[in-house]
Amino acid sequence: MYNFDFVKPATVAEAVEALSGEEAQALGGGQTLLPTMKQRLASPATLVSLTGIADMQGVSQKDGAICVGGATPHAVVAANAGGYPALAALAGGIGDPAVRNRGTAGGSLANNDPSACYPAAALGSGATIVTNTREIAADDYFEGMFTTALNEGEIITEVRFPIPEKANYQKFEQPASRFALVGVFVAKFADGVRVAVTGASEDGVFRWAEAEAALSADFSPAALDGLTVPADGMISDLHGTGAYRAHLVGVMTKRAVAAA
Amino acid sequence: MTKVEMTVNGKSVSGDVEGRTLLVQFLRDGLGLTGTHVGCDTSQCGACVVHVNGVAVKSCTMLALEADGADVSTIEGQAAPDGTLNVIQQAFQDHHGLQCGFCTPGMVMSAAALLKDNPKPTEAEIRHYLEGNICRCTGYHNIVKAIMAASGQDVGAVAAE
Amino acid sequence: MPKDHGIGASNKRREDVRFLTGTGNYTDDINVNGQAYVYFLRSDVAHGRINKVDTSDAEAMPGVVRIFTGKDFEGVGGLPCGWLVTDKHGQPMQEPGHPVLAQGKVRHVGDPIAAVVADSLAQARDAAEAIVLDIEELPAVVNMKAALADGAPKVHDDLANNLCYDWGFVEENKGAVEDAFAKAAHVTTLELVNNRLIANPMEPRVAVGDFSRATGESTLYTTSQNPHVIRLLMGAFVLGIPEHKLRVIAPDVGGGFGTKIFHYAEEAFCTFAAKALNRAVKWTASRSEAFMSDAHGRDHVSKIELALDADNNFTALRTETYANMGAYLSTFAPSVPTWLHGTLMAGNYRTPLIYVNVKAVFTNTVPVDAYRGAGRPEATYQLERVIDKAARELGVDPVALRRQNFIQPDQFPYATPVAVEYDTGDYDATMDKLIEIADFSGFDKRLAESKARGKLRGLGVNCYIEACGIAPSNLVGQLGARAGLYESATVRVNATGGIVVMTGSHSHGQGHETTFPQVIAEMIGIDESMVEIVHGDTSNTPMGMGTYGSRSLAVGGSAMVRAAEKVINKAKKIAAHLLEASEADIELKDGQFSVAGTDKSVAWGDVTLAAYVPHNYPLENLEPGLEETAFYDPSNFTYPAGAYACEIEVDPDTGKVTIERFAAADDFGNVVNPMIVEGQVHGGLAQGIGQALLEGAVYDENGQLLTGSYMDYAMPRASDVPFYSVDHSCQTPCTHNPLGVKGCGEAGAIGSPPAVVNAVVDALQRAGKPVTHIDMPLSPARVWAAMNG
Repeated sequence: MYNFDFVKPATVAEAVEALSGEEAQALGGGQTLLPTMKQRLASPATLVSLTGIADMQGVSQKDGAICVGGATPHAVVAANAGGYPALAALAGGIGDPAVRNRGTAGGSLANNDPSACYPAAALGSGATIVTNTREIAADDYFEGMFTTALNEGEIITEVRFPIPEKANYQKFEQPASRFALVGVFVAKFADGVRVAVTGASEDGVFRWAEAEAALSADFSPAALDGLTVPADGMISDLHGTGAYRAHLVGVMTKRAVAAA
Repeated sequence: MTKVEMTVNGKSVSGDVEGRTLLVQFLRDGLGLTGTHVGCDTSQCGACVVHVNGVAVKSCTMLALEADGADVSTIEGQAAPDGTLNVIQQAFQDHHGLQCGFCTPGMVMSAAALLKDNPKPTEAEIRHYLEGNICRCTGYHNIVKAIMAASGQDVGAVAAE
Repeated sequence: MPKDHGIGASNKRREDVRFLTGTGNYTDDINVNGQAYVYFLRSDVAHGRINKVDTSDAEAMPGVVRIFTGKDFEGVGGLPCGWLVTDKHGQPMQEPGHPVLAQGKVRHVGDPIAAVVADSLAQARDAAEAIVLDIEELPAVVNMKAALADGAPKVHDDLANNLCYDWGFVEENKGAVEDAFAKAAHVTTLELVNNRLIANPMEPRVAVGDFSRATGESTLYTTSQNPHVIRLLMGAFVLGIPEHKLRVIAPDVGGGFGTKIFHYAEEAFCTFAAKALNRAVKWTASRSEAFMSDAHGRDHVSKIELALDADNNFTALRTETYANMGAYLSTFAPSVPTWLHGTLMAGNYRTPLIYVNVKAVFTNTVPVDAYRGAGRPEATYQLERVIDKAARELGVDPVALRRQNFIQPDQFPYATPVAVEYDTGDYDATMDKLIEIADFSGFDKRLAESKARGKLRGLGVNCYIEACGIAPSNLVGQLGARAGLYESATVRVNATGGIVVMTGSHSHGQGHETTFPQVIAEMIGIDESMVEIVHGDTSNTPMGMGTYGSRSLAVGGSAMVRAAEKVINKAKKIAAHLLEASEADIELKDGQFSVAGTDKSVAWGDVTLAAYVPHNYPLENLEPGLEETAFYDPSNFTYPAGAYACEIEVDPDTGKVTIERFAAADDFGNVVNPMIVEGQVHGGLAQGIGQALLEGAVYDENGQLLTGSYMDYAMPRASDVPFYSVDHSCQTPCTHNPLGVKGCGEAGAIGSPPAVVNAVVDALQRAGKPVTHIDMPLSPARVWAAMNG
């Protein structure tokens, strides 16, 4: 990788200050950014590590939501988000154990890889992404693959996941990377059901409105009979065509409902 | 260059590194601890797994400076000072859980992390836990068997005896 | 009662201790004082004309020592090919040059254009980015049939076309085969692809070149399965360094699987540059670099036809294969689709007439060469898939159809119509054993359980035979090999009785350091701990051909036995002198030489001491010392064979296949260390299952490698495979080597892919799907697509 200056601030304010510098970039757990930099596909002048900021660590439960510090590793979420089992299970299924000990919730959401798991949890839960300057509703946050509403230098300090009545995440893994070829997060709240799909669309994570409507009326796998997402706009690559991914969206949604 | 200090296998160490120096590079090139291996550059093979502050990490996907002040343990620190293998290492030898040996340090370190959290894992739990450790030689049969044996389970009933 | 030492004992591996404690010595662990680092600037286009490589800015970058390009190698030889195949018209194959660094054109993504040597790897890579390339991109050929079309772009401008050779085997039988097909009661035809694989030993390749101005000797440390072969090829054909001035060391090597047999450009470069710069030069491949510079494997497109008579006897077999050579001929590439493939098309069966046609094709892809099994998996896959298809078409049991056509035990030695003679075998025995260990009788119950869970279940069976322990030098010479295929060993007995065996074989996971001493211990009757194995260094081992083709014990072990026999014969002479007895009466047992029929004896250590302290010694007719060397050239290949069974489940909603059970019954002849043999089979099975379900190198139409990392090339993980049931109790010992051993390294990878595919087809047909074939890898997407027409 190209060389860079490394700083590890202890507070959000210091991190924001460091990120205001020329070509500075935030570093979460580095599980995506460091491999990218090894390929020399990114060349920040300064890397600002967020892992030393105590305020951005940990999992807590308040006001009916699980609050995850932006720099909390997946393994910590898996172990401590017991109040929201579907979220804990999702975090416990990302990558592999060593990756889960470094990779962070904020890092995953800031990167918004179209095959990542966390975007499905955030969008499926109707989470609030809290930054150093504002709160962003998940529905307003995801803007297409690798694109989000975050501004330059803005840091995800916390993510608040409202706890649904029932929820489940089903991931069908891409055989090589073990990222989601298709992942579906289903969450049933008192006022309706949310269905978020990752891995499938060329536009990144999305909500499947027809399924949400059907499941809000009848939360059962049978309610999804006959519903399909169009193959058009689905990712097509050597691991699966758009039609295959579209088919898997239906299968995984049914399984998530059954398992919720 | 920036100075980095950490504890590795119980010893305080320090060295000068660049921002881009990976933990594995510091261990191998800086400290001469060449037991930790690099088998890929996409954070998947797990040959580089070490423990940092008690948890398994991929040392090829962590900056050396991120480990400043940390307690690091590597494959070189697993056997007793007199050379006696620890229970996992011994089980790998007893059950032929290694062939070329290249993935082995990462496998042993991952197995140690697993058994710390889950002292009696099932076959399925072991296989799932090893998601991030690739072995090309053994077909995993004897690795899984060795980890079961290291956890005190009877492996006599495992197929292919 | 299992043995606890010597031949047949499952001794724990002595090499494990260093690997388990992080004290192994792999090539990347070696650093030579003052070494520089090289970074190779590689082509990012599949085919292009090099107009200019401007290194002037790069040379001024910090830390740069020197930048080399193809021009620096104009007076240097190219990488040689070690096998000449003669085509069906008797003409030699087309053999292009293979420069160390690209000259004139780049021919695949990853082709090295320039080598930047700098004080650090990072500086070398920084400087490489400052090299200004002017490369005119040319249309690439990727698909083999397109590459052979009239007017296709030529990979090598100086060749007539992209056809390396068109090989017919046995050409004289072609007419008789056609007649047999004309008379057949039934013909089964199958077109299939043997997917391109990337070997992916976990240790990427590394080379460290060094040069001593004091002695004029070059040293290369390299990740090789055969250091002497590298010394010969690189010294004689590339760099012009005589063997006595070139030392090649392959220390601990982290897996090979074939891809570390070959002589690579990076080895020649590091050796060359170290001398040119008078400074050691180190190269360590990243995994991404390995994907585009290690020789790939397989990549055949085949059509196979099987003719049967009205009683379901096989009467003839015909195949046509397109074999991808990639952009250059790697070291043994031409032999893989021909002599390692065509000669195995008879399989375990009595098929009297066989014709094999192979067209080897140049494309703008990474060179393709031997990968675990090398040609034999391709033969086995075609044959065992077409037999399975025939059984389904005829409505007969696939096992019964195979048994009916097996070569019978009383027919050995059996000369096949494809030029080889099997020495021993008992194919019904391994099939019987398979049926037992795979628990065929419980299949229906397991099928019902799967069905209750909404899953499809299938059972696939196949046989395999391989020719390994390669091979007689005079035979392979006739077939085009430009090397001998013997093996060597020196057995050096020290004064106090300890033994060092210097072998030309190389261990990179196979456990020679453990198994070879078991043989010596058995022969002399001493403890294994008295025997040490030295390998991997051309300066202290005799000329050897290395480890591949499951040959170490069958050929290298035999050389060791021959050398040990010479040692024992001499020791008996010394013992006879010490015991004042006739040499003919001396017996060696449990480390004691005794005079037959008496209680007079002398210990091994007394004899070895006398050999080196020859005070009481027959100096008038015997030299002092106790050290012997033997070269062993086998009289035939060995022919391990077996029967494999795979049980799978298919998730009908997603197409995902899971391996539920896998059983392997092998006949390896005699077995020295059962634990290690089983481990070799396990590893082969995982690679075969990987080929069947997960792995495949994919290029796009422009020659870009789409599977350039583990993000897209699916490696088998622990959760992809089950515990295997393996058995090697059926033993028909090899008749022509002293140990009666056959070879076990490749069997698992050869025998397993057809079992998996046969099982998936079985499951789908049981579910009423009219699916007769799916090409590997049987990814969820492919299986789902096949099920849904």
